Amino acid sequence: MRIELVKRPQRSALFSILSPFIAFALTIIAGAIMFALLGVNPLNAFEIYFVEPISQVWQLHELAIKAAPLILIAVGLSVCYKANIWNIGAEGQFIFGAIFGSIIPVLFPQFEGPLVIPLMLLLGMVGGALYASIPAFLKTRFSTNEILTSLMLVYVAQLFLDWLVRGPWRDPQGHGFPQTIQFGDSAVLPELMPDAGRANWGFVFALVAAVAIWLMMSRTLKGFEVRVLGSSPRAGRFAGFGFNRMVFFTFLLSGALAGLAGISEVSGAIGQLQPVISPGYGFTAIIVAFLGRLNPLGIVAAGLVLALTYLGGEAVQSALGISDKVARVFQGMLLFFVLGCDTLIHYRIRLIGMALVKPNGAKLEAAPKLEEAR
Amino acid sequence: MDITVNILLTIATAATPLLIAAIGELVVERSGVLNLGVEGMMIMGAVGGFGAGYLTGSPWIGLLAAIIVGALFSLLFAVMTLSLATNQVATGLSLTLLGLGLSGMIGTTFVGQPGVRLPNLDIPGISSIPVVGKLIFGQDPVFYISIALTAAVMWFLFRTRTGLTLRSIGDSHTSAHALGIKVIRYRYLAVIFGGACAGLAGGHLSLVYTPQWVENMSAGRGWIALALVVFASWRPWRVLAGAYIFGAVWIGQLHAQAFGIPVPSQFLSSLPYLATIVVLVLISRNKRLTMMNTPASLGQPFVPDR
Repeated sequence: MRIELVKRPQRSALFSILSPFIAFALTIIAGAIMFALLGVNPLNAFEIYFVEPISQVWQLHELAIKAAPLILIAVGLSVCYKANIWNIGAEGQFIFGAIFGSIIPVLFPQFEGPLVIPLMLLLGMVGGALYASIPAFLKTRFSTNEILTSLMLVYVAQLFLDWLVRGPWRDPQGHGFPQTIQFGDSAVLPELMPDAGRANWGFVFALVAAVAIWLMMSRTLKGFEVRVLGSSPRAGRFAGFGFNRMVFFTFLLSGALAGLAGISEVSGAIGQLQPVISPGYGFTAIIVAFLGRLNPLGIVAAGLVLALTYLGGEAVQSALGISDKVARVFQGMLLFFVLGCDTLIHYRIRLIGMALVKPNGAKLEAAPKLEEAR
Repeated sequence: MDITVNILLTIATAATPLLIAAIGELVVERSGVLNLGVEGMMIMGAVGGFGAGYLTGSPWIGLLAAIIVGALFSLLFAVMTLSLATNQVATGLSLTLLGLGLSGMIGTTFVGQPGVRLPNLDIPGISSIPVVGKLIFGQDPVFYISIALTAAVMWFLFRTRTGLTLRSIGDSHTSAHALGIKVIRYRYLAVIFGGACAGLAGGHLSLVYTPQWVENMSAGRGWIALALVVFASWRPWRVLAGAYIFGAVWIGQLHAQAFGIPVPSQFLSSLPYLATIVVLVLISRNKRLTMMNTPASLGQPFVPDR
């Protein structure tokens, strides 16, 4: 059997809406097979994975906590990817945002008041943007591949954070645990509804960022520039849009948003710096960006779905004793199916069967109907 | 003398997985396909190799399993990018993400289990000759495979007709298609070869380098292999040189940590990654050279028109 692609005259509006849903359905099917192979009743597992983690109000707050960094990072990345610029080091920019933002509560704990949080957030964005400017600079100055440099910088950032919390920033009263001091009250991102659950302002930032980027992409010249340079760099050059400026713009923007996500996570959900502050948000956000079709509003929905895969992973681990790595597998499969289904937007897929031989010896083409239909 | 020999041996051991994975990816990229899933295929090879070795007790079966797992995993990428013409960058990334997750899930039962190690070559009388015996006749089998593989790929790409065809596809898939060459079939085989190599590299990690299973044990080596291909400007012998330079950096920082040099270990650990960036910058500064050597249709999806 062979797969043949037939180009559609124009992109299919139907499939550009349906494709994420088809992808999600395929992921569920593949997930059912996986659970069955692990010796678990798939229906039971799915209930624990997808339903139970969001059946109570406080759990919805946990969902918002996990979704906030995913949405913030993915919204920034979507601008990069639209411009055909590949920042895949958001995890590192997330960490540097967290480190920069933590300068105030760790080094100046006596500094208190309502100014602390805004300053921390600002520093976080600066940190993420600065760290993202390295691959942008290398790409524009030396045309170094930004995929590899931004990714290498993730490992460097992780090691740098590890050194900070085990070395100069370690809490002297922390009984030798590798962590900084607990942030003071005025350095903790306030919760939205303290009576109902833990969700903090980070989720609001994520929604605001999504709407802002959506407006930018659809209503401003800058958004137009991004789309033109992404789909046709040549046309962009003729229109006078600078490619190098675009590289810097997208990297700084996505870096700043990743940095904001980093400091929000540390200040809101964790309350101190630790050697590991992210369960791979920066990488999962890549999936979120694609699942949301690189559209900021789609990304909000996709971020909630992917946040649920994290919660579900924890739930099946405690209820069924399956490794919480199952979340990673779900996320990876989802991205695969999304990319595959996106092909349907631009192409029709035909399956060409091998020529079948009838018992009487006459050859029969397997798909004569399709052949005529063309 | 003994110390020097030992350091050279450890450098060779550190360089071998980089070399194998990079040689495989070089063939893939020469055919015009950019597979960013090397890290994922490598870690799948590592977990598959360890698992098969642990369950059967035979490191050789482990090595074979690593190759097969890597090749099968790359098939996923091939179907997506070649048959469904998906974006190669995004698909490669998702292959890596899926591989890291899947290997972690499969590997939970292997954590802390004793592994099996491939024995080093031991020819009575010859392998015990000082210096030369150890360096040339006393290394692990995968080392010899890696050298043979490099030579074979050099010969294949530049001395055979099929190799020439493969390179022509990488430079212009539309022209190759017009000449009646089965572009997609060649690319399938190239991608699967790259997957088998990445799997073998992973098998080396879990069956020779550190014979145990540790989550994320590839530690970015797949990405470094990708950088090596760029660094080598798509030439096999330069991949060989690059892999040994990186092996030396990797071992150098480990030795520096062991000697207690007053630099935090985290900084030393980040040296291989920083070195990758520096090397990439140095090589890509010369735009003309890079442009000349990059396969012209690298990373571009191809849908044959009929």
